[in-house]
Amino acid sequence: MAEYRLIAPLKDDDVVKLKIGDKVLLSGIVYTARDAAHKRLIELLDKNENPPFEIKGSVIYYVGPTPPRPGKVIGAAGPTTAVRMDAYAPRLMKEGMKGMIAKGKRNDSVKKAMMEYRVVYFGATGGAGALINRCIKKAEVVAFEDLGPEAIRKLEIEDFPLIVVGDSFGGDLYIGGRMKWEKKE
Amino acid sequence: MRTINSKEITEAVIRLAIQKAYEIGDDILKGFDWALTNEKSETGREILQQLKENAKIAAEGVVPYCQDTGMAVLFVEVGQDLRIEGDLEEALNEGIRRAYVDGFLRKSVYKDPIRRVNTGDNTPAIIHYSIVKGDQLKITFGAKGGGSENMSRLSMLKPSDGIEGVKNFVIETVSIGGANACPPLVVGVGIGGNFEKCAILAKKAALRSFQVRNQDPFYAEIEEELKEKCNALGVGPMGLGGTVTVLGVNIEVFPCHLVALPVAVNINCHAARHGEIIL
Ligand code: SF4
Repeated sequence: MAEYRLIAPLKDDDVVKLKIGDKVLLSGIVYTARDAAHKRLIELLDKNENPPFEIKGSVIYYVGPTPPRPGKVIGAAGPTTAVRMDAYAPRLMKEGMKGMIAKGKRNDSVKKAMMEYRVVYFGATGGAGALINRCIKKAEVVAFEDLGPEAIRKLEIEDFPLIVVGDSFGGDLYIGGRMKWEKKE
Repeated sequence: MRTINSKEITEAVIRLAIQKAYEIGDDILKGFDWALTNEKSETGREILQQLKENAKIAAEGVVPYCQDTGMAVLFVEVGQDLRIEGDLEEALNEGIRRAYVDGFLRKSVYKDPIRRVNTGDNTPAIIHYSIVKGDQLKITFGAKGGGSENMSRLSMLKPSDGIEGVKNFVIETVSIGGANACPPLVVGVGIGGNFEKCAILAKKAALRSFQVRNQDPFYAEIEEELKEKCNALGVGPMGLGGTVTVLGVNIEVFPCHLVALPVAVNINCHAARHGEIIL
């Protein structure tokens, strides 16, 4: 289990050195999107229209934050469960997305696409909304403002603590980690 | 006859709901310390440390503990000798509305399950009423996260499945869905009643402090046994492997029909936000 500091957007070289269990402090730019935003992104791509941000190299964070207090950039901002985005993620990988930040297990088609397109899945600590808030330095809505907490935001992050839970070689920490600790009767 | 004004109820609900979004309960904090001494995985211990740190930052009152500040669930016990001035249900919902708007909490409620448009103020709350003896009003509040709620299950077991069937169903539920529900978890189990009653029992159990055991020693022992067995699953903090998956298992029971053995498992996450007020 190695430790890395990385800066998003990511390149293939960043992705392929990561293995499940590695710890990463991520800085740079990530974009937020949940179910509704994913659906609209794919619709744009299907119509050959420009997406609201550069998907190549991007890291997408599955989060729906609480509203910011006056003068604050964002509210609590922990990860949401990834499985609801499984239907959309492979398409974005095909367009060049390099990383996803969320929590929870992924399905096989996502894991297969992660190998094919060299993509990493980072786990953030679920429910640690206040802690993660401190890593977010700037937030700006870049698309679908009508979706409220589900709008696409561009986040500037600094040292966001993450664990590689899915790597580009088919590794899955939700399986591997549990196997190590499960007590058989 | 004692009288209270519905405005007083609204004010109490606002205070409680805002407080719980920012200050995680003492039971959970103690649970983290217990977990830290019992978690053998290093990654697991790091996650638990993050959760402690998160609780500390949230308690400052600026950023909520978790971004999913939940759908509000209220168990309301109305004393039969109490008169309420005004509309009780509206007073409760107004409390939730103001808490979520004024407290900078997330509005996570859709008007319709299929046509999915946000109500904008996190109402309506889900309210369970009961009429009890006396002249007081007791409100038990829970802010229930959607991620853990989604991992909950119900089964109409056969009486012949017995207690072993119940235990297996609880363990299986944690095994299948635990990783997605932000462990360490508080597991609420309802046994008996009928189809809807066992789900309500499970919710009550999920909103109880995991440090409180069932009063019946028979079930208290099963709670302890299930805690141990769930922790042997290896799911671990955040599902990344480890020896602490649940902080506790709470059971609530009710008489049932002779042909039935309903069981419901309501999963609560470490953001098990619950509290009560008596007016
Ligand atoms: S499951 Fe609980 S801790 Fe996790 S994101 Fe939902 S409310 Fe927060």
